[in-house]
Amino acid sequence: MNPALIKPPLFLACLAPLAYYAWGAQADTLGANPIEAVTRGLGTWALNFLLITLTVTPLRKYSGWAWLGRLRRMLGLFVFFYAALHLSTYLWFDQFFDWPAIAKDILKRPFITVGMVSFALLVPLAATSNAFAIRKLGGRRWQELHRSVYLIGILTVLHYAWMVKADISKPLLYAVMLGVLLGLRVWWRVQERNRQLAGAYLPKPRGRIIPIAVKKQASSDGSA
Amino acid sequence: AKLAPGRPSAYSTTDSPTPLRHVTSYNNYYEFGTDKEDPARTAHALRVRPWTLVIEGLVKQPKTLGIEDILKLAPLEERIYRLRCVEGWSMVIPWLGFPVASLLKLVEPLGSAKYVEFITAVQPETMPGVRSRVLDWPYVEGLRMDEAMHPLAIIAVGLYGDVLPNQNGAPLRLVVPWKYGFKSGKSIVRIRLTDTEPRTSWMKSAPREYGFYSNVNPEVDHPRWSQATERRIGEFAKRKTLMFNGYTEQVGQLYTGMDLRKQF
Repeated sequence: MNPALIKPPLFLACLAPLAYYAWGAQADTLGANPIEAVTRGLGTWALNFLLITLTVTPLRKYSGWAWLGRLRRMLGLFVFFYAALHLSTYLWFDQFFDWPAIAKDILKRPFITVGMVSFALLVPLAATSNAFAIRKLGGRRWQELHRSVYLIGILTVLHYAWMVKADISKPLLYAVMLGVLLGLRVWWRVQERNRQLAGAYLPKPRGRIIPIAVKKQASSDGSA
Repeated sequence: AKLAPGRPSAYSTTDSPTPLRHVTSYNNYYEFGTDKEDPARTAHALRVRPWTLVIEGLVKQPKTLGIEDILKLAPLEERIYRLRCVEGWSMVIPWLGFPVASLLKLVEPLGSAKYVEFITAVQPETMPGVRSRVLDWPYVEGLRMDEAMHPLAIIAVGLYGDVLPNQNGAPLRLVVPWKYGFKSGKSIVRIRLTDTEPRTSWMKSAPREYGFYSNVNPEVDHPRWSQATERRIGEFAKRKTLMFNGYTEQVGQLYTGMDLRKQF
């Protein structure tokens, strides 16, 4: 599969949730509290895209479809896109840019605090989602930086769970899905560690071993 | 079904009422699901006839009343009240009902009665929400005796001139406009007068977040969010939340000498 073929339609599909809320707000089909519906909807989609992005690697690994990896950056950037829109709805429709009130909210409300931290952590990831940054940072450091997406996932689910009043079934469902995706990574790491300990990466001896060392050993024995 | 037109009341607000379609499509009624769109979809199944209300406890004349008798108990009044939800949104609803006091006088409360407990219906076969243990069913709410006897506290049997829709708490629903919406129990089946403060469902669920009084108070935040402002359904900008939801003049004296931060 050629990723160049799948990217444009996928890009449009990723914009569908935004289109849904934009159209709904305009046509008044989002219910009695459209502002709440938009705010929550955009937040939910940021989290959805986070889980989708985290699914790329396992899916690629188990399906063998290497081209899937080429979609990951775009999906990851949509996490940032929806998170930024979600944050904007909060700053505008909820707080009307009342900065002292916003600062108080961030400091006092745990669910706002973790949401903000989560977004702050997303910013460097979005900023380094380009070939230049990868070259500049070097693959290893880039990868280390981007592992913070695991923490972002945990904080985002926490943000959701602390917001709801009594029924945590939906945040719990997200927690389970995130748990599976993160659990897979832990499992891979354990397997990898075991492989390394078993010497999987020691250079394999090639051909027949020329027994120089053995001979040397034997000769020194002989001289003793 | 139309009800007899309610007599206008001096207690009504002049704020413009929230459109009926919003009042009936955006509800917190967890027995029918925790999404606010759920009750409008599922509450049609609620069996509202026959309906009996038991009034018992510390009273001289305990009574079991059929809904038909209750509807004839007192002339219906139209009370246009603000409703402020603890979640930070509000509506204006033209209720039809009668004072809780006229119901309680009927059973002659004893001097020892200090609190009124409101117990609501549990119909597992019609209520998909009670299968999940989100709250401790039946949903229980309570008021202090003087709060329940206050003329602003009503039992609503209708809204917008019509019989109360199921999702709004048919056939009998408490309305206490100076308290957060969850204090106004829906589909009431039992009223019990007691000498001890009732343990309400929300107090059991999250005692740190929901107190017995739960008066609307912009200065006392919910532990997880501010209560300073609210979004009136249908409006874009937020409004400042008013002390006692704007009913200070009527109910303020009920709480003189109380620390509303501690007794929240």
